[in-house]
Amino acid sequence: MTFVMAILATIAFVNGAAAATAAEECDVPESLISAETDLTRVANEISDHHRLDISVVGSGSSVLSGPDGPHFAYPAQLEQVLKERLPGNEIKVTVHIQARQVTADMAAALPKILSEDQPTLVIWQAGTVDALRGVEPEEFRTSLDQGLDVVAGANADAIMMNMQYSPRTESMLNVSSYADVMRWVAEQRGVLLFDRLAIMRYWSDAGIFDLYTATSGYAMAHRVHECIGRALASQIISAGHLDAGKLQTTR
Amino acid sequence: MASPPQAITGERDLRLDLFRGVALWLIFLDHIPENIVNWFTIRNYGFSDATEIFIFISGYTAAFVYGRTMRDRGFVLSSARILRRAWQIYVAHIFLFTIFMAEIAYVAATFDNPLYAEEMKILDFLKQPDVTIFQALLLKFKPVNMDVLPLYIALLLLFPPMLFLLLRYPNFALAGSAAVYALNWKLDFNLPAYPNGVWYFNPFAWQLLFVFGAWCALGGAQRLSVVLRSHIVLWLAVVYLVFAFVITLTWHFESLDRFVPVLLKDVMYPVDKTNLDVLRFAHFLALAAVTVRFVPRDWSGLNSAILQPAIRCGQHSLEVFCLGVFLAFAGQFIIAESSGGPLLQTAISLLGIFIMIGTAYLISWYKGMEGRSPVPRVKTRDADLAGGEA
Repeated sequence: MTFVMAILATIAFVNGAAAATAAEECDVPESLISAETDLTRVANEISDHHRLDISVVGSGSSVLSGPDGPHFAYPAQLEQVLKERLPGNEIKVTVHIQARQVTADMAAALPKILSEDQPTLVIWQAGTVDALRGVEPEEFRTSLDQGLDVVAGANADAIMMNMQYSPRTESMLNVSSYADVMRWVAEQRGVLLFDRLAIMRYWSDAGIFDLYTATSGYAMAHRVHECIGRALASQIISAGHLDAGKLQTTR
Repeated sequence: MASPPQAITGERDLRLDLFRGVALWLIFLDHIPENIVNWFTIRNYGFSDATEIFIFISGYTAAFVYGRTMRDRGFVLSSARILRRAWQIYVAHIFLFTIFMAEIAYVAATFDNPLYAEEMKILDFLKQPDVTIFQALLLKFKPVNMDVLPLYIALLLLFPPMLFLLLRYPNFALAGSAAVYALNWKLDFNLPAYPNGVWYFNPFAWQLLFVFGAWCALGGAQRLSVVLRSHIVLWLAVVYLVFAFVITLTWHFESLDRFVPVLLKDVMYPVDKTNLDVLRFAHFLALAAVTVRFVPRDWSGLNSAILQPAIRCGQHSLEVFCLGVFLAFAGQFIIAESSGGPLLQTAISLLGIFIMIGTAYLISWYKGMEGRSPVPRVKTRDADLAGGEA
């Protein structure tokens, strides 16, 4: 019996230690997590109904392949972290991920997704496939505008997420002009941007993750996604002012 | 208007070589994406970057060299020379493409990371080399950072008739070029790219800089000198440069961004590189106006030992440009392989520039031995990247 207890304790300890290191690893300077626009609908939904429905719309970099990939990808991680940090609220993250779809495809799919999910917040990951396909930046911008109009029309808040920082493919895949477009659209419309590109670059520069590593293993990919989920949760909490009042006491 | 341009002056303007040489270094630095040293390049301090300098000077030297040929030996011979130059640049471009393919193939064979499953799709084109290589030969498939030479080829292909016009009706030709540029705001013409999209440098827009450079070489600079001597112009230029600097600062420090009025942003943004945004063009003009003012043609510093390396690089710009693209590939590769930090980036940047300088001297030496020294002689040879060796 004591033996089993000891094992359980060890597992708990190791898990705890792992969680602690993940949280430390995930440190992102506040300046990289924009909270300039308030997520008012999110705030109201939490305070009035104690729930938050999030739809994640994106392409291949919003999911992981491999055994139980979706479970480790950032949308699932986000859900888990939000549940931990916003206890007493019902958190639901629904994913609509399709590999190889450009932003125009996603903009076209948004009305249906929104009417099905009725989300309060849409996280829209875009840009990578457009860069892969060489979609004209102007066209990319129009698609973003269209999609964001749909989201606003469905009375939901939006967070756009840009590309991953991928140093090994940087010389072949130029994402910077698409990232510029997203920054510009975010700025002009007053929509939040989750600057995954800058955040991952920071992790790389700070030596937190070696994003140059060639590996077929999933360990690092899982940790990166966990960290993205955490950073995203922080952005939602600070832009929705969800840390205030009674929420804080429960932490 | 139809007065024959008095100047295709015989003496080489070393300022062109100097600034082109510096532009080549900056292009090299900017082409290494992860490089702390490219904080020093001018694109971080204003709207325009080294590309503008490079294209303008190339237009200038092209007119300088081929204008003389066209005047002395006629349209056909000078056109033939221009087209031969375009061909050489095409060959150089394909050579660089081959190196690029080698790098890609290596990365495809060695790099794997489930985190980047999506980004790795960029390597899919290796699965159909028939299409890819063919599209590259057509200048439609252009890997990242390999857009300048195709632009150059396009500009040179259309240069013979343009030069013909410039020699006879320079102002008319320049106005025509500006009209094409302005008209393109509405029409939005560009050449198609593969697999999608359009050329990164739209030749219909960038031709303006090239033609403007050519116009300056054929006497325009002298006509402009009255304007350039005016204090008002100088101050306007300085004010605009400061304005551009302040705006660029807000790109790097987002906390400053809120001080830029929304109205101004609506007018300014996005600052489009593909179509040579008017803000970029104006920034280049302002930069040029100030530079010409403080670095006169007979400035003694041009003969100082410190500046000779840059001048030498500028004199062999096609070779040095290609070398720079290659070195940027190689440097980036080394940085990626060793997950290198700022120290390595600085070392590679400096080493790259040293290699560029060394090669420029080597080419000078070789051409000197062959009796084709570019400097003291006025006799026309190929214009290096439409230009330098005149």
